[in-house]
Amino acid sequence: MKSNTADMVFEGLLRIADDNLILGHRTSEWCGHAPTLEEDLALPNIALDLIGHAQTLYCLACEINSRYKNEDQLAFLRLEHEYKNLLLVEQENGDFGNTVLRLFYFSTFMKYFWERVKINCCFKKLKEFSEKAFLETSYHSRYASQWVVTLGDGTDESNLKMSNAISNLEPFLGELFNNDDFTEMCSQNDFLPEPTSIFESWKNEVEAILQKGNLNFPDIILKKRGGRKGEHSEAFGYLLSDLQYMQRAYPNSSW
Amino acid sequence: MEKGTEKAWDVLKDLTDPELPFLTLDDLGVIREIKRNDKNHVVTIAPTYIGCPAISVIEEKIASELKKIGISPIIEKSFSPPWSSDWISENGRKKMEEFGISPPHPRIAETIGDPLLKDVKCPQCTSYRTEKVSEFGSTACKSLYRCLDCKEPFDHFKCV
Ligand SMILES: [Zn+2]
Repeated sequence: MKSNTADMVFEGLLRIADDNLILGHRTSEWCGHAPTLEEDLALPNIALDLIGHAQTLYCLACEINSRYKNEDQLAFLRLEHEYKNLLLVEQENGDFGNTVLRLFYFSTFMKYFWERVKINCCFKKLKEFSEKAFLETSYHSRYASQWVVTLGDGTDESNLKMSNAISNLEPFLGELFNNDDFTEMCSQNDFLPEPTSIFESWKNEVEAILQKGNLNFPDIILKKRGGRKGEHSEAFGYLLSDLQYMQRAYPNSSW
Repeated sequence: MEKGTEKAWDVLKDLTDPELPFLTLDDLGVIREIKRNDKNHVVTIAPTYIGCPAISVIEEKIASELKKIGISPIIEKSFSPPWSSDWISENGRKKMEEFGISPPHPRIAETIGDPLLKDVKCPQCTSYRTEKVSEFGSTACKSLYRCLDCKEPFDHFKCV
């Protein structure tokens, strides 16, 4: 791989891996706190999937950048500004409705993202990975969509909570679909699809589900951003101190 | 299977899955290929789930079993084609049912939409009057069902 291609692939893998790791960590915070036993099994299982996706992607990233010797170093030993995840995934969980709505937004996005990678990607190992990742994110999207409909179409109170969740997450959706110089380069090199190219499919599916739940589709304009450049919100510092504690306290510890 | 890998296959085919210890890796279709290059055996495995926590245990098991017969393998994970519940053998499905887990229906049932094919049978009393309680059961590969006749809850292996 040429060095500028390697840089591009590394950065691209990091963006996706960081999104999955951070949302996986947030989702894992529900373990032992979910409203019913079934959801207490479901959410940690999803967290495990997300962290598993991150792990595989970090391993691929390590293979092309010898600065990092293993996936743990990428996951646990970088500084705050070196994480490239979206602001959306680092926000606090809020209530159960807010959590499943964010999962629905994100996994539906990733489902279409992987679907595109499956068709076209110059990096063979990621193309292969996308086949499996597509199936798993489809499952997450379906699980979360069922809750969005159930809660939206439930009682006045559950509908109100879902409407609040929609307003709450709205400022972070613009970043999900924001193209930048980097995404443009990735797309020109047949590496990753541009985020905007996923918007139509995403919107159609999300709008239909929200409608079923008597909920309004949010306004998607670019309001808050910075995650892709390593500029994070306050909540992220607290998340990292929790996520990194073991590796910081006992460097190189392993199971 | 490639020539010269029979010995390795003999050792690996009986290894069991850490989460479903009554099934072998062969029953599950997890071991895809054993190849030889100049120096090494290359074992390709297809994880049932990307984040399956059993995978590292499986890798360790494969390596330590092969070491006993003097082989130090390279283990590679493959996601293409993705592991499918269709790869579970007939024997594996039978064992699953005996163990109280309802086996996955064939994937074709998802596309042709024949509701009969998608019926889930209670492994306790064989009734088809069952309902899904949750998409996720005790592990990522199973969902949780309940039988409307004998009232017992049970795991159904997901069709993926
Ligand atoms: Zn029964």
